[in-house]
Amino acid sequence: MVDVTPGSRDAVPPAEVPDVELYHPHSWWTTYVFSQDAKVIAIQYAGTAMAIGFVALVLSWLMRLQLGFPGTFDFITPEAYYQFITMHGMIMVVYLLTALFLGGFGNYLIPLMVGARDMVFPYANMLSYWIYLLAVLVLVASFFAPGGPTGAGWTLYPPQAILSGTPGGQDWGILLMLFSLILFIIGFTMGGLNYVVTVLQARARGMTLMRLPLTVWGIFTATVMALLAFPALFVACVMMLFDRLLGTSFFMPALVEMGEQLSYGGGSPILFQHLFWFFGHPEVYIVALPAFGIVSDLISTHARKNIFGYRMMVWAIVAIGALSFIVWAHHMYVSGMHPYFGFFFATTTLIIAVPTAIKVYNWVLTLWRGDIHLSLPMLFALAFIVTFVNGGLTGLFLGNVVVDVPLSDTMFVVAHFHMVMGVAPIMVIFGAIYHWYPKITGRMLNDAMGHFHFWVTFIGAYAIFFPMHYVGLVGVPRRYPELGETAFIPDSVHDLNAFITVAALIVGFAQMVFLFNLFWSLRYGKEAGGNPWRATTLEWQTPQTPPAHGNWGKELPVVYRWAYDYSVPGAPQDFIAQNDPGPPNLPRHA
Amino acid sequence: MSVILVFLLVIAGIAGWWLSQQRLMSKPWLEHGPDVAFAQEDVTGMPTAKIGLGVFLAVVGALFALFASAYFMRMELSDWQAPPVPRLLWLNTGILFLSSVALHCAVLASRNDEIRTTRLALITGGLTALAFLAGQLLAWRELAAAGYFVDSNPANGFFYLLTGMHGLHILGGLVALALTTYRTWTKPLDGRLKLGVELCAMYWHFLLFIWVAVLVLLAGWASDFIDICRQLLS
Repeated sequence: MVDVTPGSRDAVPPAEVPDVELYHPHSWWTTYVFSQDAKVIAIQYAGTAMAIGFVALVLSWLMRLQLGFPGTFDFITPEAYYQFITMHGMIMVVYLLTALFLGGFGNYLIPLMVGARDMVFPYANMLSYWIYLLAVLVLVASFFAPGGPTGAGWTLYPPQAILSGTPGGQDWGILLMLFSLILFIIGFTMGGLNYVVTVLQARARGMTLMRLPLTVWGIFTATVMALLAFPALFVACVMMLFDRLLGTSFFMPALVEMGEQLSYGGGSPILFQHLFWFFGHPEVYIVALPAFGIVSDLISTHARKNIFGYRMMVWAIVAIGALSFIVWAHHMYVSGMHPYFGFFFATTTLIIAVPTAIKVYNWVLTLWRGDIHLSLPMLFALAFIVTFVNGGLTGLFLGNVVVDVPLSDTMFVVAHFHMVMGVAPIMVIFGAIYHWYPKITGRMLNDAMGHFHFWVTFIGAYAIFFPMHYVGLVGVPRRYPELGETAFIPDSVHDLNAFITVAALIVGFAQMVFLFNLFWSLRYGKEAGGNPWRATTLEWQTPQTPPAHGNWGKELPVVYRWAYDYSVPGAPQDFIAQNDPGPPNLPRHA
Repeated sequence: MSVILVFLLVIAGIAGWWLSQQRLMSKPWLEHGPDVAFAQEDVTGMPTAKIGLGVFLAVVGALFALFASAYFMRMELSDWQAPPVPRLLWLNTGILFLSSVALHCAVLASRNDEIRTTRLALITGGLTALAFLAGQLLAWRELAAAGYFVDSNPANGFFYLLTGMHGLHILGGLVALALTTYRTWTKPLDGRLKLGVELCAMYWHFLLFIWVAVLVLLAGWASDFIDICRQLLS
């Protein structure tokens, strides 16, 4: 424990970094297009991710139209429906959530929050974005390829993924999907190296690990996980490409298709499932951990109170990151695994609920007796907590083998994962955008449009996914484009499906308002000033808003305290910035 | 999946050791002022590029550990018939070893500021690595000529897949090596260039290690070893 006496404060020499260390752009192209500045790359990442996310949103509308009003729309054939669900799932999980949290928020916030001028490998960072863009374009190209995109389901399970019965299986669809994923992983690795090494190496003076904002902890841990988990998807994709293009039988068993014996034989589809879920489960937390981190900072800032149990929060993030690598087979309970195997994975799955619950308690306890400002970021943060608890609880159902087996492949699973890794992280993304938009643009987002967006999205999300749990419990299977005349499915399910579809259309519309707000406020938003939320973390203390190239003026900030000094008794303001030496003789608030 | 889990255990050990040095038990809310324990220089004192390469090698390690996991899982199925290991591979291993030795010499020479020896060693390293790649291609042709095609058995598939994946990594390394070699002519032999030479050598040693692991896998020694371990345990 270190104290600064008033006299010794001047003794700290400011850490001056020679200017030559930083890359300087020379033209419009290198400033705004092929930029090596993490802030520009962040906006490029976020813009691309939101654009492709919009495609996924439209796909979800089409799916819902089919489910709510089957047979009404001629162009939604069963094949098209499969293509929609596949592309919707893959885009949302990989190309939107992963790219936006790590590529978008990671790039923008890491250098600013740790007090660095930029990422440590700016050139690789730039390449990362352009390879990501290429991956997105390859993915989009599959919509226009002969046969259309793949309809194999986002899990791309073989053998069906590469057979002619599946849309895109013997056409371009699956190939473009696999190539796109491989590109994404290569691009991500370049960015990921940056995020990790910047946190390790480029922290400002005084920024110990335990003074990092939880946002950085979340993104850092998620990136480490992603760097170790994405190779599994890479291996799965490469091996499936071999099966599809070179005729190997890594995954493909002996098959008869349309009365014809295929040349495959002896392969194991389960092997693919292991590889896929070895990536797939950590992926859930790759999306969730940045959300956990960001929401901690939002709650603390907007409740004007230090985060409850900071150390516990850090340990929980690390523990969740480690544990998430030994739970993957809980996605495979119905694959015919050994019962003891299932028992093991059910146990680890339930253990992961412990650190997660610690985080939820700490968020709630941070709110307890806080000075809660119901600003838009706080509203979204609260919506996240509620939604995450909801989805987490159904996760406990599905983590148990005996409960999972009957619920597997029903709409219950769909409702569960949309709540826990769809709606919940997206609430955080919205909250984070409302929170950091003033720093990125210098203007506030419009409040009235924001409130409309929040309430419609929040209530609408529940109108969509709450009924879906019941639909699943009745036994309605997922991935069926049409239920038809099925004895065990009552009429009420059809009514619910129509209701869900209407809700989904309305929620989708609210996102257009949000999108409009992003552009409208750029010009007409209220001037924000440097630190509109009166927050402590370093990104709000930059000399300019939006931060200029190099983030800080001549001198890098020196960090004197942790990120959560809100409402400190005796302090002149209700927050003390991290780079503020603070008034002398400030009483301890232990 | 045991190979990747063991690998991750090693990574977790390293990460845990590092975290244990980071005073995770400290109570930041009681601390004010710049941390005295926090040195002025780079956070770890190690060059940033070296740490970057280290993290990248961990990713490459994970990739090959996952391939090995898949290899072992696929091997248990009944249709598995491992192809014979072409004897050429032993020669190739020797060549790659020489390549690694050459780069090690380059590091030593650059430390002594012997620019000509450094260049010579770098070029030797590059050429031997190219020879290794050519040898690998010859080994592929030898196998294919003997009727072991990529699609005739999954074991053959893995042979081409693993050697190919390793070759691609060597190829990528060659680009970096060529750049560094070029710089020995255009740039002075300062700390930056010396670091570049050192990083090339680090990558080469790692890929040699990966190659030996791949060879052990393909030659079937790894499964023999595991069988012996199993017998000892049971």
